[in-house]
Amino acid sequence: MRLTLTVNGIERTCDVHPLARLLDVLRRDLSLPGTKEGCGEGECGACSVFVDGKLVNSCLVPAMQVAGRDIQTIEGVAPSAELLDRVQEAFLRHGGAQCGICTPGMILAAKALLAEHPQPTMAQVREGLGGNLCRCTGYTKIFESVIAAAALPAIPPSAQPSALEEAKR
Amino acid sequence: MSHNLSDFVAQSVQTLPEALRLLAEPADPSLGPWRPLAGGTDLMVTLAAGTLPAGRYVDIWPLDELRGITVTDQAIELGALTTYTEIRQHAQLMTEFPLLGLAAKETGAIAIQNRGTIGGNIANASPAADTPPALLAYDAELELTSLSGVRTVAYSQFHSGYKQMDRRPGELITKVRLRRPPSDAPGRTVHYYRKVGTRAAQAISKVCLAAFARIDGARLLNIRLGLGSVAPTPLRCTRTESVLLSGPLDEALIRRAEATLAYECSPIDDVRSTSAYRRRVTLNLLRELLQQCRSDRRE
Ligand SMILES: Cc1cc2nc3c(=O)[nH]c(=O)nc-3n(C[C@H](O)[C@H](O)[C@H](O)COP(=O)(O)OP(=O)(O)OC[C@H]3O[C@@H](n4cnc5c(N)ncnc54)[C@H](O)[C@@H]3O)c2cc1C
Ligand code: FES
Ligand code: FES
Repeated sequence: MRLTLTVNGIERTCDVHPLARLLDVLRRDLSLPGTKEGCGEGECGACSVFVDGKLVNSCLVPAMQVAGRDIQTIEGVAPSAELLDRVQEAFLRHGGAQCGICTPGMILAAKALLAEHPQPTMAQVREGLGGNLCRCTGYTKIFESVIAAAALPAIPPSAQPSALEEAKR
Repeated sequence: MSHNLSDFVAQSVQTLPEALRLLAEPADPSLGPWRPLAGGTDLMVTLAAGTLPAGRYVDIWPLDELRGITVTDQAIELGALTTYTEIRQHAQLMTEFPLLGLAAKETGAIAIQNRGTIGGNIANASPAADTPPALLAYDAELELTSLSGVRTVAYSQFHSGYKQMDRRPGELITKVRLRRPPSDAPGRTVHYYRKVGTRAAQAISKVCLAAFARIDGARLLNIRLGLGSVAPTPLRCTRTESVLLSGPLDEALIRRAEATLAYECSPIDDVRSTSAYRRRVTLNLLRELLQQCRSDRRE
């Protein structure tokens, strides 16, 4: 089928099998390798992306179900080349990433969590990231990064420099 | 990836009649009948594993008429495409039928809950699935629709054997109906749900018990027990229920109920657990439930 969808704000078109995994469409057909494959069966969350704002495992989503949809991948998370999203920033500062394979999925799951719970408790962080496995960090630094991200302003510091300085202290 | 997609035909539909027309087509000699694809959280796993039968799949995900939760005076109805996330977010459903919300919360993680549907959970017919015990505890009804019309089946009658069900060729599960009890129904209510797995989140259950009970003084007025992972199908334990309704809820009755339930369930040994462990845990859960019924009485 001829598939047209919006990825990170840009309309893209490719020819794929209707049951091709969104994961493969992104990585192979659209050359966006930021989305990772871990298990390929919905267990690890490495392939997490947003479809119309909802967190999904792209290894379980058939291409035909994203025709005309709005996809956000890790490549579309940072507001600009110079600026990171607050969750990315917090992962950097607090050692939330080691080998990095789980990181794109962790960051998207964390963003979904913060959208629902702007000031999450540790229990909410654990539940929100419950579908994302990490074999390196032992999770503690990841959870700490998410809690720290919640304290950073959601809008770019250029728009709110004082708040960021506040949060940095 | 191990699968060869060229063995698969898939088609999207925009309306329910379109879907039903495809499902009514005679089986193709090589590709078989059309089969529904909903959120794909079961199907896509088997596709990737190479165990999904090659064939023709009709994508019902776009059918908004199968989405959403409707409240009427008599019932709360869930479209077959209702996701676990939508169940968890529906305040009235969570208040009146909390077991369904608890089951949804126990099902996979957020990304699975955003995609997995109640219709898919039922039709996938895993004895270890998490919503079936809750649906049994509430004596839910299913609405099945085909080109020849709509019929209603009691969910307790739906599964007839391992992965076998009362779904006729060409039928789609379109609705799940939960009858709302009259507001003046007597007795105090107890809703009980407990899934026992290897860990709190994301594990397939070893045993799951959901129960709804009404109790007045020392007597149960009504009780429905739904068990997962202890039989080839999700199991409604009607014999144990009759024992529990036969007299005051005292230690002797509980012992009789345990003996009956030990007999009524038929757990197996598998990779997740053993038959003996499952039977033991099942009885522990029953006791915990009945203790909860009794302690509510003393309040
Ligand atoms: C990582 C992971 C964790 C999971 N955890 C749990 C868990 O904890 N508990 C649990 O119970 N399940 C769990 N599941 C299984 C799965 O998510 C659920 O069974 C889900 O509800 C399936 O719904 P779906 O819409 O994705 O179904 P699909 O995969 O689209 O379809 C499943 C089956 O149902 C049929 N079907 C779908 N809709 C209909 C319909 N309306 N009428 C007739 N037939 C239909 C399809 O033909 C197919 O045979 C998990 C899955 C994954 C990948
Ligand atoms: S690769 Fe999709 S969940 Fe693991
Ligand atoms: S950082 Fe390596 S898997 Fe998480």
